[in-house]
Amino acid sequence: MTFVYNFPFFCILLCMAAGIFTSILKQRTAKILTFAVSAVVFILSALTLRLTLQLDEAYPFMMGHFPAPWGNEIRIGRLEALMATGFSAVILISLIAGMWHTHSFVSEQKTNLYCIMIDLALAAVLVLIYTNDLFTVYVFIEIMTIASCALVVVRQNGHTLVAITRYMIMHLFGSGLLLMGIAMLYGITGHLLMMPLQEAVGNIVKTGEHLGPLTVVIALITAGLAIKSAMFPFHGWAPDTYAFAPPLSSAILSGIISKAYIFVLIKFFFRVIGLDVIVTQQITPFLFVCGVSGMIIGSIMAISQQDIRRMIAYSSVAQIGYIYLGLGIGTKAGVEAALFQMLVHAAVKSLLFLSTYELINVSGDHKHFRYLHGAGYRNVPAGIVFTIAAMSMVGIPFTGGFIVKLNLAISGIAIGGWVRALVLIALALSTLLNSVYFLHTVVSIYRKPTQKLDYPEVQKMPPYVAAALIVSTMLIIYLGIGSEPILRVIETGLKTFS
Amino acid sequence: MWQLLYENLEQTVAVILFGIGFSILLLQRNLIRKIIGLNIMDTAVYLFLASMGYISGKKAPIVVDGVTSAEAYINPIPAGLVLTGIVVSVSFTAIMLALTVRLYRRYHTLDMDEIAMLARGEDG
Repeated sequence: MTFVYNFPFFCILLCMAAGIFTSILKQRTAKILTFAVSAVVFILSALTLRLTLQLDEAYPFMMGHFPAPWGNEIRIGRLEALMATGFSAVILISLIAGMWHTHSFVSEQKTNLYCIMIDLALAAVLVLIYTNDLFTVYVFIEIMTIASCALVVVRQNGHTLVAITRYMIMHLFGSGLLLMGIAMLYGITGHLLMMPLQEAVGNIVKTGEHLGPLTVVIALITAGLAIKSAMFPFHGWAPDTYAFAPPLSSAILSGIISKAYIFVLIKFFFRVIGLDVIVTQQITPFLFVCGVSGMIIGSIMAISQQDIRRMIAYSSVAQIGYIYLGLGIGTKAGVEAALFQMLVHAAVKSLLFLSTYELINVSGDHKHFRYLHGAGYRNVPAGIVFTIAAMSMVGIPFTGGFIVKLNLAISGIAIGGWVRALVLIALALSTLLNSVYFLHTVVSIYRKPTQKLDYPEVQKMPPYVAAALIVSTMLIIYLGIGSEPILRVIETGLKTFS
Repeated sequence: MWQLLYENLEQTVAVILFGIGFSILLLQRNLIRKIIGLNIMDTAVYLFLASMGYISGKKAPIVVDGVTSAEAYINPIPAGLVLTGIVVSVSFTAIMLALTVRLYRRYHTLDMDEIAMLARGEDG
């Protein structure tokens, strides 16, 4: 039983070791190893989740030979284990559903490198979920940025190069702000581990000394992570990157990696600063306004797109807005809704990117809506999967998206005043806009083509891909019907999170 | 106010350099200048960190003459952080330069706006 305590550490180590070995393997073996690693990580994370459900408290795990105030450590609780399980499940399903067509984006000798970058991204995501040290956060955020850069630019054309250059510039700016914030926080507290930091920050708030610098630190770190997770006014890099990257990379980037940054932000809010201090320092209204404007403007931009991939990329901006709306409400209930949205959006968005690729593939590689007419008949499983994912995006009952909107509305109503009005108006408006573009897409993939177009014969989608897509669709419906236990894990996990 | 800024001269300079660095990174159109801005920004943070760990009159924390009291030495942790940070920024500079080389070979210019305009005309 005590052996299970080591599993999160094994997961991290396994991903990194696999990354090293992948470079010397044959192409086929490398792909199989990547599958195996993500499957093992998923199983180990699920076992860790089972363990943490039996424990009442989160437990720290010492990394290296030195105990807490000197050495490095990770901390494992219910919330961390739930996120690790959910994210590794999404990565596993994306790999099964997306790996078979990588050869049309990734040249043969680069396949191994592509697999290494997936392993590295998974390792970084796990570290960011579990770690308890701010400088480790910085280092692994940089590793994740490098990995995601390579995941995009592996497809060699002009669009990905330009998109990734924009991406890197914004991300480097974000990292700079984050590093400056961490340096200042170290300057005023003298700690980097989160537990002693919490104590030191508590003292600063109590005595009022260095309160000004603390506000600057919170602003710097929030801004840095907001830029990196494509929060609304800083989303400029996102649409092109997600649209032109290989579909598997888009699924991982938009589904998992942008969520990891937000999870770090939530960890910073709860474990280092404390939610009440964040609220009194007036950070939450800023996040709230950005979230609401992201929800609405992201959707309006999505409606005006002609390219289906760019439409889905812009809807990502809107969905990230929901997460920041939940954070911006500034109550525990709001953050719980945001965390649930992170899980739902990870599953739905990766599914949308992958099923869209299949629809484009059977339409002669055309991305415009008018060429996609009838694609739902040419590839039936992909059509069904896309429809259900779109329904979750709109928020139709029995899908995960509905539960998210319900919880956001409930937590907004509990506040009262202008926040209640704004939350409800924003949710209503954004649901309306979502349904405009997603239902329009669903209708157009099921519309009979007006003129007879000759689509070239393409390689048929293997049956296991259809199976993975269907399993993932069932996951979305499960998140809609059986959300109660997951919400309870999030609720109890958040109590032991700080 | 000025007195306070002068007393913390290193930190003041570091913050000013940080501002200069990120303005160059975001506002310049030339890619090489952007990379230089990135390096100025990172170096400013290292100056900030290093100046924080230094205590005047104390030695580097390497025990040579048997003095083991912590009072005799400066704080080594910021120096460790700076070293890690340097490794990160070197690898990012390398990646950005590699991207610049690729963009230049393809579009024969270093102007980001021009490159974006040329790329828009291509087929996705």
